[in-house]
Amino acid sequence: MNRRDTLKSIVLGSVATGLAVHGCSPNASAPNELPKVNDVPLYGRIESEKLRDQKLFEATFFNEHELLTIAVLCDIILPKSEQYKAATEADVVEFIEFIAKDIKEHQTPLKGGVMWLDSFSNKLYNKEFIACSEEEQLQACDQIAYPGKTKPELIQGEAFFTRMRNLTLTGYYTSKMGMKELGYKGNTPNVWDGVPDHILKKHGFEYEAEWLAKCIDQSKRGDVAQWDDKGNLIS
Amino acid sequence: MQIKESPETFDVIIVGSGAGGGMATKILSEAGLNIAVIEAGPFFDPANPESRTQLKWSYESPRRGASTTRDFGDFDAAYGGWNIEGEPYTKKNGTKFDWFRSRMLGGRTNHWGRISLRFGPLDFKRKSIDGLGDNWPISYDDVKPYYDKVDKLIGVFGSNENLPNDPDGFFLPAPKPRLHEMYYIKGARKANVPVYPSRLSILTKAINNERGICFYCNQCNRSCSVYADFSSGSCLIFPAQKTGGQIKLYTDSMVREVVTDGSGKATGVIFINKLDRKEYKLNAKVIVLAASACSTARILLNSKSKVHRDGLGNSSGLVGRYLHDSTGSDRVAFVPDLMNRETYNEDGVGNMHVYSPWWGNNKKLDFARGYHIEIWGGLGMPSYGFGFNTNELNKFIGSNVSGYGNALRKDVKKFYGAIVGMAGRGESIPMESNYCEIDPNVVDEWGIPVLRFHYKWSKHEKLQAKHMHKTFEEIIDGMGGHVLGERPTEEQEYGLHAPGRIIHEVGTTRMGDDPKKSVTNSYQQLHDVDNVFIVDAGPFVSQADKNPTWTILALSWRTCDYIVSELKKQNI
Repeated sequence: MNRRDTLKSIVLGSVATGLAVHGCSPNASAPNELPKVNDVPLYGRIESEKLRDQKLFEATFFNEHELLTIAVLCDIILPKSEQYKAATEADVVEFIEFIAKDIKEHQTPLKGGVMWLDSFSNKLYNKEFIACSEEEQLQACDQIAYPGKTKPELIQGEAFFTRMRNLTLTGYYTSKMGMKELGYKGNTPNVWDGVPDHILKKHGFEYEAEWLAKCIDQSKRGDVAQWDDKGNLIS
Repeated sequence: MQIKESPETFDVIIVGSGAGGGMATKILSEAGLNIAVIEAGPFFDPANPESRTQLKWSYESPRRGASTTRDFGDFDAAYGGWNIEGEPYTKKNGTKFDWFRSRMLGGRTNHWGRISLRFGPLDFKRKSIDGLGDNWPISYDDVKPYYDKVDKLIGVFGSNENLPNDPDGFFLPAPKPRLHEMYYIKGARKANVPVYPSRLSILTKAINNERGICFYCNQCNRSCSVYADFSSGSCLIFPAQKTGGQIKLYTDSMVREVVTDGSGKATGVIFINKLDRKEYKLNAKVIVLAASACSTARILLNSKSKVHRDGLGNSSGLVGRYLHDSTGSDRVAFVPDLMNRETYNEDGVGNMHVYSPWWGNNKKLDFARGYHIEIWGGLGMPSYGFGFNTNELNKFIGSNVSGYGNALRKDVKKFYGAIVGMAGRGESIPMESNYCEIDPNVVDEWGIPVLRFHYKWSKHEKLQAKHMHKTFEEIIDGMGGHVLGERPTEEQEYGLHAPGRIIHEVGTTRMGDDPKKSVTNSYQQLHDVDNVFIVDAGPFVSQADKNPTWTILALSWRTCDYIVSELKKQNI
């Protein structure tokens, strides 16, 4: 498949049916069936939140053309390279579809932004944005991607591109793939015992003996705390 | 429809299950009393996998943790927030006041910052120092034994520093500072601001064989599933149930009023069961209110009778008065030396490892009272909002702003972990003119008349916020950082947050020796009705530049000892 077809399959295959978000298996054979409450991911929701999530998953906000335009923009903002994957491969389009339903402030600027971009591209190339060549698309984006350098008559386009960039970055770097790229290593049980020595040194620091004396000796973390009458720890 | 009345008479009804109510549940049940605990929200146990959010990943939320339905994000353990559907509050005369409520067992203790600071000797006697507000009728020495007991029962890490107004205690050892905190220490010292290990109720070390030990996930605001942080349910109520206490929990039950008899003595409470929307009445010998400062004031003001015409305990007219919250203002810095970091697991505990207690001398300053500084930063888990306008920081280092593609990718990585934030949290002046009252026109969906707020900051709070920004800028300078954003102006009240935003409301039922000038006595017992007690932050005479929870816990324990002793003497 070429790039456009790939995007199309991503957009139509997952966003429209909500499968990517749901992890999918129960509905995989019946893509038109709406998700059940039980399919909503388990992340500690109370009942009213579950119902709200379900309603949002059932609703559709962007049409196919809008989703394809968003997908093209996502992959311009974070493209595939030898080292990295493209934003659309980290479910960023699905995230943007959901967040537009979830946070109403995004709705008009995103829908209107796609229309603005098509008008702009029609003026420039007499084609809608997604019908343009990659080179034409990048030339159009260059005019709205650098705040401070944008022509006054294109400021609305700049605002749209900035919003798309923000949502693409958030969507990508909050994904499993994006966190790995960023190097986030937490969210797992561990025993914190200070900044690694070589990093402290690189920054010109060392822990002072007086400060360390107040810190936990991790080899004794399991010993039940006991104090003398003055509050000195003796275990 | 008749009110359904339970035939059982409890020894004590406790209204609310947060810090004060949780402590009362533990102490009074251990004394052998038969207790009913009434909570306006659902049952919550952080160990329950159904409600657990700890160790969830941002991508497990379709909105990546955004704050659409919970004010502090999807994973925060507070059911409720600044606005609760069906439970409004109103404001008067241009007041800005935001009221945060958490409807669940354990209340706001499930998500709070665990900053556990004792008040110091000066904090109980501020009027003697600056002539503003009032002195407490008790002193540090009255509370110290209870602070000591709370330290040992619940656990708090910190360090004994022999400071004049930030007393020593029984601390667990602190965690080592993170990298951005090393920069903070450097900057603060250059600015002559002292820094010490922070004091948080998180178990860096075992405190007994029941609760777990911190495993450094940075997520105390999600309430710890192994009970390594202080939440009222996991540390007070569940242990009290396990040791055989006679405790009956009424959840999803919202108390409307305290019922009194012809002599004015309290006999019970009326509550609304939120599930069947019917009224119920429970009877008890003693009523302990712990619904939070404003909710307790609301219950008292809604408890009108022939004897208590202006509301229960309100013969002074002061219920709801002297409402005050902590001051707060924040600033953020970009530290170029923290660019392009080698990453490692830097989650640490669920808040800062170091802090700065108040150091200033008010005689040389243009405002009263002080503030402490909290710090945030580091290599945290990205969630909704991560990457927004990320490379605007390029303007400080002369590169292109924004753009797209692989250059943008590099920028995201370059700036990850290079931002450090500071929050000043300080003491405001308690004033009779700041208050909550019953709105005569509005009820909530349970038919209960709601609160209306009236609040204005004085010049002291604004000038304190101004001083915070001056301090932040000096510290950031000392860190080699760039201050982000402009210094807030006088028109912007120097960046001072609206009252209520720091979620430390206190003072609505203040204690005192004179029944004309206070609502409770020094044992938090209503002057007007001897079998009603208040163990939330309502009885605080002043706030201190400390967070209120540790003092709520100590005073609740002290009051419960008094209740047990008075019951034994048959005085109530």
